[in-house]
Amino acid sequence: MRQSIWPTPERPPLVPGRFRGDTHRGDRVFSWITAASASIVILTVLAMTGQMLASSWLSLETFHWSFITSLEWNPVTEQFGALPFIFGTIVSSTVALALAVPVSFGVALFLSELAPEWLRNPFGFLVELLAAVPSVVYGLWGIFALAPLMRETVEPALRASLGFLPLFSGPNQGYGMLTASVVLAIMITPTIASVSREVLRAVPRAYREAALGLGATQWEAIRTGVFPVARSGLVGAVVLGLGRALGETMAVTMLIGNRADISASLFAPGYTMASVIANEFTEATEDLYLSALAEIGLLLFIITVLLNIFARFLVWRVGRQGGA
Amino acid sequence: MSTTNSVVASGSVSGAPWGSDAHLQVVPPPPSLGALGAMVEPLHESAKMSAVGLRASFGAREILKGISIPLYEKHVTAIIGPSGCGKSTFIRCLNRMHEVVSGATSVGQVHLDGQDIFSMDPVRLRRRVGMVFQKPNPFPTMSIRDNVLAGLRLNGLKVAEPDALVERALRQVALWDEVKDGIHRSGLSLSGGQQQRLCIARTLAMEPEVILMDEPCSALDPIATARVEELIHELKKDYTIVIVTHNMQQAARVADYTAFFYMGELIEHDRTDVIFTRPAQQRTEDYITGRFG
Amino acid sequence: MNIRSHFTYRKAVDRIVRGLCLLAALLALVPLFSVLYYVTARGLGGISFEFFTELPTPVGEEHGGVANAITGTLTLVGLACLFGIPPGVLAGVYLSQFGHTRLGKIVRFSADVMSGVPSVTIGIFVYSLLVVRTKQFSAYAGGLALAVIMLPTVTRTTEELLKLVPEALREAALGLGVPQWRTTLSVMLRTAAPGVATGIMLAVARVAGETAPLLFTSFSNRFWPGGLDEPTASLPVQIYTYAVSPYEDWHSQAWAAALVLVALVLTLNVAARVLVRHRVR
Repeated sequence: MRQSIWPTPERPPLVPGRFRGDTHRGDRVFSWITAASASIVILTVLAMTGQMLASSWLSLETFHWSFITSLEWNPVTEQFGALPFIFGTIVSSTVALALAVPVSFGVALFLSELAPEWLRNPFGFLVELLAAVPSVVYGLWGIFALAPLMRETVEPALRASLGFLPLFSGPNQGYGMLTASVVLAIMITPTIASVSREVLRAVPRAYREAALGLGATQWEAIRTGVFPVARSGLVGAVVLGLGRALGETMAVTMLIGNRADISASLFAPGYTMASVIANEFTEATEDLYLSALAEIGLLLFIITVLLNIFARFLVWRVGRQGGA
Repeated sequence: MSTTNSVVASGSVSGAPWGSDAHLQVVPPPPSLGALGAMVEPLHESAKMSAVGLRASFGAREILKGISIPLYEKHVTAIIGPSGCGKSTFIRCLNRMHEVVSGATSVGQVHLDGQDIFSMDPVRLRRRVGMVFQKPNPFPTMSIRDNVLAGLRLNGLKVAEPDALVERALRQVALWDEVKDGIHRSGLSLSGGQQQRLCIARTLAMEPEVILMDEPCSALDPIATARVEELIHELKKDYTIVIVTHNMQQAARVADYTAFFYMGELIEHDRTDVIFTRPAQQRTEDYITGRFG
Repeated sequence: MNIRSHFTYRKAVDRIVRGLCLLAALLALVPLFSVLYYVTARGLGGISFEFFTELPTPVGEEHGGVANAITGTLTLVGLACLFGIPPGVLAGVYLSQFGHTRLGKIVRFSADVMSGVPSVTIGIFVYSLLVVRTKQFSAYAGGLALAVIMLPTVTRTTEELLKLVPEALREAALGLGVPQWRTTLSVMLRTAAPGVATGIMLAVARVAGETAPLLFTSFSNRFWPGGLDEPTASLPVQIYTYAVSPYEDWHSQAWAAALVLVALVLTLNVAARVLVRHRVR
């Protein structure tokens, strides 16, 4: 240490031991603990990926690509092809999106642009509650309230009006693709609506005010000033909703009928990737059977992760434009 | 304290590490000390802190380009200069708050009672060199009382007579009479000027030796500003104070010494009355007469 | 079309779109009220003193309850909090300080990836990780699965809320000579606490209703579990089992259990809401 040019003047010394402890050590320990906790997050994702791969290995080795192209799912003969589940997942999610997207965008527009200020928060809260209801409760409600309604009113009406389409023909029991899709739509509506609402909010006020100032109606201002900027974010919201729909398990399992068939009719029972896991995992005893179910889980994992990354990228882009 | 010493002092200055620095001004202490002996008091007994060739940067951008300056004990030193001249960065270096921002670095020396602060534990240093910030920043989750005690409590210290300590600190900042009936209210319930005095009281409760003030009045109205300036006047009896201000009238009112910073360099450092009446440098004069900045 | 009639047309379109949006908003809430109505109307009948104190009874026997499932759910959620909240909050603290570093970015990315993983997949993960190795369904496994679901939410909420705390408070504390770690815990995290608590409550509310991952981790149990290393009943799994059964009295038990679960979840949601409002004041 360099000798100072000024000698130390008298000053009341701090009482020795007035402050406890080596402050560096506390900081070191604390930063070590937080870094370790942060690593837990990474390790969990890595462990999940590794474990899912390991559990699926036997099935991956045995079936290769035929796993996703084969229609046969037979635990007795140990032939496992996941195509019916993939089909069921795609169909139920698509129908759910078709039902949920218009409603969700309506809700989002209502909450961000149209509703009076005092109504926005309470209404938004109710929409959040829609997301808070547990999946299994939707399932229960679906079995006793929705399925009878579908069987006795909605499906007959659809058959009567659109029965010439194969989609709406065939016997209907209330349990099947359509009922599951309706419940899925209900469950993903809050996700799509709340993300869309955030996206719309991120669009700077100036964009719509510019249009309003030119004499546009509110809808025209939204269409010309807000939508072009928000478009990719709204797509992101839909993709996030799709991610939720693909992985949604309980309500679907309770309503879709759980049959590994591919049928053109939405009235017919089906099966999804998530619901076959929920239904059969605890019953599966053979290694290959378990491994095949785990591989379905792995597929679900990969698809939803990719969708999520894509969706977040889209939503993030709007936020950045809005901030600029 | 003898007159002979002062002669030696002025000689020793040129041999000092920063003596070769062109910016350095040899500054006599202010006449306000009264007695003739005090008037020629040697430098080395009154400098509480001093910077020696202090350089500071954010990333690749150099903010301070070699500052050398003494800060006299129990006096107020004002740092003035246009925005971006590095005056805030300078006082943040004095208690090593500069380096808590990521990407911030500093080289050179700062001495506190002759000891290099960069060899000290920064946390312990900050207990001796307290800081008051531009915007009043009381802890929002704490009451007025707890705000005063915050520094001690957060350091894990049991305070023997907390009420006495709180009262003393609040009296020191002339806030006691205004808040004594609502000492358990939130610190945020106070007005801006009161909040700033609370923040000063919080700093005083730590019994620092030096108080750094970073534009403490810039967020306050004129009346609150006058209160804080009065307070600074009181505090310099016991503390060494360094205040950054963009307000030259304020510097003229409260400071014994004034240093003019420009583009990260110390242009001039002298007694306040000298700086404001007959500055040695053209740039200083331009600034204080409002020709730029 | 002249300008005037064109304007009328535009006004009409505007009105129609507004009307459709309002309709969509009302339509979206129909299921919520329907679910709440059904759960209350059908569930209240099954609620009795025994319901909270008795074990489930075989089909046909009266006076069964779901006491073990209620305590089971509390146990599982408690374990999830124990496993999930401390690392989640601390990881959030890490992100708020070092989020811009390479490791920070990887952590944030991992958390976002994790939050999108379907809960049924997390069930398989914990099954393979823990149940297979210990050869035992257990409360630990269920709690761990729920913790994995909570972890990313808690982490990101903590990070976001810490970022909202003004940097001036950190400086104030550091300027008083308070060590970094103490500043982070007692000032930054303390100030963000109501918001973090809200985020945690919402995460808890979400996992309290999770069913799929519990099917292969905590499984179910008709009796009181002998310990945390044994299969444990839970409300969601119990509802599922009862709902898909063909028995009338089990159905009414399912509704009653759903009422309890929904009440729990909604209470947590409303409480979280109130907490936020209280903070904003």
